[in-house]
Amino acid sequence: MATIHPKLSDELSQTVVSSTKSVKIKIKRSNPNVNSEQKFDDFVVPIEKWTTVLDVLLDVKSHLDHSVGVRYSCRQASCGSCGMKINGKPGLACFTKISELDSDTVTVEPMDNYPVVRDLAVNMDRMINNHKKVMPYVIREDSEIDAESGIREFLQSPENVDKYIQFSSCIKCGLCNSACPTMAMDKTFVGPQALAQAYRYIADDRDKGKNKRLKVIDESHGIWRCHFAGSCSQVCPKGVDPAMGIQLLRGYLLGIRD
Amino acid sequence: MMVLRESIIMKIHYGTALGALFLTVIHIMMRLTQDFHESLEYENVIANYESVGYAILLELLLILISVHGFNGLRVILLEMNQGPTYEKLVTIGCLAGMAALIAYGSRTIIMTNMGML
Ligand code: HEM
Ligand code: SF4
Ligand code: FES
Repeated sequence: MATIHPKLSDELSQTVVSSTKSVKIKIKRSNPNVNSEQKFDDFVVPIEKWTTVLDVLLDVKSHLDHSVGVRYSCRQASCGSCGMKINGKPGLACFTKISELDSDTVTVEPMDNYPVVRDLAVNMDRMINNHKKVMPYVIREDSEIDAESGIREFLQSPENVDKYIQFSSCIKCGLCNSACPTMAMDKTFVGPQALAQAYRYIADDRDKGKNKRLKVIDESHGIWRCHFAGSCSQVCPKGVDPAMGIQLLRGYLLGIRD
Repeated sequence: MMVLRESIIMKIHYGTALGALFLTVIHIMMRLTQDFHESLEYENVIANYESVGYAILLELLLILISVHGFNGLRVILLEMNQGPTYEKLVTIGCLAGMAALIAYGSRTIIMTNMGML
């Protein structure tokens, strides 16, 4: 143990000694670049009350099989990297504790409705492209940098912030799109993530891009292909409620909001 | 193939649903003017068609349900598969089906109303 930093070695031994419980994790493995084989690998890992699914996966990677493919970064539900299917339901691995799953076996699979890159990592291009399509930024002719007055602010009232603040919590994890039944059927559907962001910017009164954005989503594979399943809002870890954003957007297109 | 903006099509879809709901209520209330089994007796059916007001109600119901039903079918088909040729075929097919159903139903309503059946 002489080569390990003393503090790190303390931490490692502590984890093992204080653990009385363990969980069996079944990880779906595949590598479509190599072959079409799909299988589950099982690992048993010690857990604590606070252990998350991501902790378990990283434990597996450190001690049992370093080749498990998983994408993560922040470990605190901020970066949106670690979305996966946990016991059949889309969720963030870093934001799901083993203890809350109430099960001795936890099954993790890649998110539905995205092509798999390897194991639990999926290709998110479709979501990112649709997100870009709805122009997720404030659109207006003038600029905050003004030749005469220097830099100025586009002021905004607290009442206006209230209209969209919930929708600005989106971390682009893509869980909503993976839960959506239309996404599963229609490969050109714009999806709940992008629609919620279209609402977020249209509702912002600094933005002047409403008509441009409505035009993008008002087409045959746009907003109207939502059939109110509501699964997007069920799985969103940030409380965004894309289903409500979609209904509010529909209001603009049906002429009952302006 | 964009014939109309999707929001206009969906306004028609919701409008035809509401209209059909309203006319179906009248249609069912008319059944209450006689015993349930009498509604299907030959003379009563013909008498319904021969009344101009009722024939207009049936014609409107036919148009609303044909437009709504075939647009609904178009929506289902657009979600089942995608691609420019396929989508063009779906639009044309659904418009043709809609027109054919309205034409055939109208033929029945008009001929019966004029005593040709
Ligand atoms: C008069 C009562 C009716 C009402 C209130 C009604 C209402 C609706 C509504 C609101 C939708 C849109 C659902 C969505 O976007 O998810 C819809 C879809 C649809 N309707 Fe109707 N409808 C009625 C009757 C009919 C009839 C009689 C037919 C068949 C001839 C029909 C066929 C369809 C189809 C095929 C769809 C598409 C499926 C879907 O979008 O989920 N409807 N209807
Ligand atoms: S709306 Fe929610 S579930 Fe969807 S991408 Fe944003 S944070 Fe994730
Ligand atoms: S690792 Fe960043 S959201 Fe889970």
